[in-house]
Amino acid sequence: MADLENNGLPRESMGERIREVIKDFGIPRFIILGFLILLIVAAKVLGLSMPQLLGSILTRFGMNGILVLAMIPAIQSGTGPNFVLPLGITCGIVAMTLSIELDMTGLSAFLFSAGFGALLAGIAGYFYGVFQNKVKGQEMTVGTYVGFSVVSLMCIFWTLVPFKSPEMIWPYGGSGLRVTITLEKRFAGVLDNLFSFDVMGVTVPTGLLLFFALFCVLTWLYMRSKSGIAMMMVGSNPRFAESAGLNVNRLRVLGSVLSQMLAAVGIVVYAESYGFLQLYMGPLFMAFFAVASILIGGASLKRATVTHAVIGTFLFQSILVVSMPVANLVVADNLADVVRIIISNGIILYALTRKEAGVDVR
Amino acid sequence: MTSAQETRTTQNAVPPIPPAKKKFELAYALRSNVVPLFFLVICVIGAYYSGLSLPFLLNEIVVRMARNSFLVISLIIPILAGMGLNFGIVLGAMAGQFAYFATVNWQIAGLWGFTLTCLLSFPLAVFFGWLTGKLFNSAKGKEMITGIILGFFANGVYQLINLYFMGNLIPIRVPEMLIPGGYGLRNTVDLKIMHYALDNLWKVRISIPGSIMPIVVPVVTLAVIALLCVGMHFLFKTKLGQEFRATGQNRHIAEVSGIQVDKIRILAIIFSTVLAAWGQIIFLQNIGNMNTYGAHVQVGTFAVAAILIGGASVSKATIGQALMGTLLFHTMFIVSPLAGKNLLGNVQVGEYFRVFVTYGVIGVALALHAWQGKAKRKT
Repeated sequence: MADLENNGLPRESMGERIREVIKDFGIPRFIILGFLILLIVAAKVLGLSMPQLLGSILTRFGMNGILVLAMIPAIQSGTGPNFVLPLGITCGIVAMTLSIELDMTGLSAFLFSAGFGALLAGIAGYFYGVFQNKVKGQEMTVGTYVGFSVVSLMCIFWTLVPFKSPEMIWPYGGSGLRVTITLEKRFAGVLDNLFSFDVMGVTVPTGLLLFFALFCVLTWLYMRSKSGIAMMMVGSNPRFAESAGLNVNRLRVLGSVLSQMLAAVGIVVYAESYGFLQLYMGPLFMAFFAVASILIGGASLKRATVTHAVIGTFLFQSILVVSMPVANLVVADNLADVVRIIISNGIILYALTRKEAGVDVR
Repeated sequence: MTSAQETRTTQNAVPPIPPAKKKFELAYALRSNVVPLFFLVICVIGAYYSGLSLPFLLNEIVVRMARNSFLVISLIIPILAGMGLNFGIVLGAMAGQFAYFATVNWQIAGLWGFTLTCLLSFPLAVFFGWLTGKLFNSAKGKEMITGIILGFFANGVYQLINLYFMGNLIPIRVPEMLIPGGYGLRNTVDLKIMHYALDNLWKVRISIPGSIMPIVVPVVTLAVIALLCVGMHFLFKTKLGQEFRATGQNRHIAEVSGIQVDKIRILAIIFSTVLAAWGQIIFLQNIGNMNTYGAHVQVGTFAVAAILIGGASVSKATIGQALMGTLLFHTMFIVSPLAGKNLLGNVQVGEYFRVFVTYGVIGVALALHAWQGKAKRKT
């Protein structure tokens, strides 16, 4: 980030650079980091099992990572954080229910779900991208509500869908699928348990982390390809991109397609690791946590990298994992939930109010 | 009267479907009212399939108009000031609810309690509005999404205060308000002492021949709303009102011509937040109990959906659109579960359909406005 901004400017002294980095990192992120350290100290003092905590941090990190990666194409193509993530998530869930209905198990079920989900999400992302080009400037607001309405529309779908698998329908008849479907006999843990090993009591979900790493590398490579760089140009300055001969609208649609595809794969990985499939209102607020994660990692509304996604997911999930038992021991019940709401929305607010570095389009 | 209006407008809506030849003005009027007409058709279809009797429907509509109009009208000023739809009115609703906690805690009943609640909510709402305005000023051009997220954020803080500080740091006299553990407010706060405080002042019953149920009109509540409409109308004619408009039309020109834009924008939000607080207080005195952790959550969404359905856009809104939108949105709210059930044969589907309509309306309305804007630019 620093070299980009320093292009053509005289080199700054070391002290100024550090100050610059700190300013770029932002006070809220320091608060979040400080809060995390405080939580870890508290967990240590309260005698919580550190290896167990670290193990679940790793699992949750791999579990949510791809959903956060999905933010990158959207932010880079200039449509802002992808608040319409539930669209892609829903496609992934449809693919998963289909895999259960077709009685698939194991890795093949997982790969089918991810692949077919990504396909559906790609189609949905295309149409949404075209629609999004008609509401330029209000993508985030419209996206939030389109996301909400997709989730509630799908509630009707889950109630009416004529699936027959006894694992999904209510045990005593009635119409519709269950609210939570267990994946235990299907593909729960196929990645988590792949090559997993224990180090000093910490269970490392190797397969899950490798899968996440694979997608990080793919995204990273894509963002360095010709098309990825064009997308970044469209995002950072649409008028300049247009005058340079780039098809702005097409690249924005492409950003939407890629983002939704990643979201579909992301939810399949999430469900695989979690072991359950949540239908109905389950995906309603997932977008906000993904947005918050990448912003915590240092992204802005117009610039996001894989590093931001990785750091952000790790920090956010660490806070979630550690705050739960600490809050339970100190004050009981759902204080952790309240903390999560405040932190995730606080960081989004901070990003929204921050003056963007670089060009203002208007 | 409303039903007469409805049928008249539908009759207007039906004929021009074959392309209008000479009547260009009609086509224009249709195009500029495409959103309310679209929802009017949905409402009429929904009302038909819901199987509800007309007097019942009218009664429900009157109740809901009295309950919700105030909140919807509170959105107008920020729209005129160029700040888009103020999703931040959730904070105003919270101010109203905090005031209710105080008056219920002191057990002040009736109209006096209601008035005191309004008075108490005022400074709180001004403060919240000032903070929101400050925030919006540093997120110019992104006010709407900022407002949505601010609503969620404020909800977190609200939960923190009410779950962990009430009865703990903040003394509560009435033990029924608290969770048995000794701190934290219960899920429901009983507002029985102020139930219908405003509505019951003067209720007129209009009996309809052939129906057992009369239509009950809460005259005072409607008068308060009418007063607000008149007040708004005059506000737009004052210097301040013109400054709101000037700021909304072009921030830079307004700045150059000597208007303190940032200050005007904050003022617009303060107005909106205070009105929303009072709107929520009127809403809750009609309901009679408060869902402590849920009553405010959807306020922004519902009000915004309503005003958009009325034909307002992100940059233009009138009192008429606000009232029309409230009427259409809440008619849809009444009929959609039953219509969904009758059309699709499932009770749950009806419920989900209602939720879908609420969220979808905002997306659809914004999209239709985008499309409308494009059509205007072409002609």
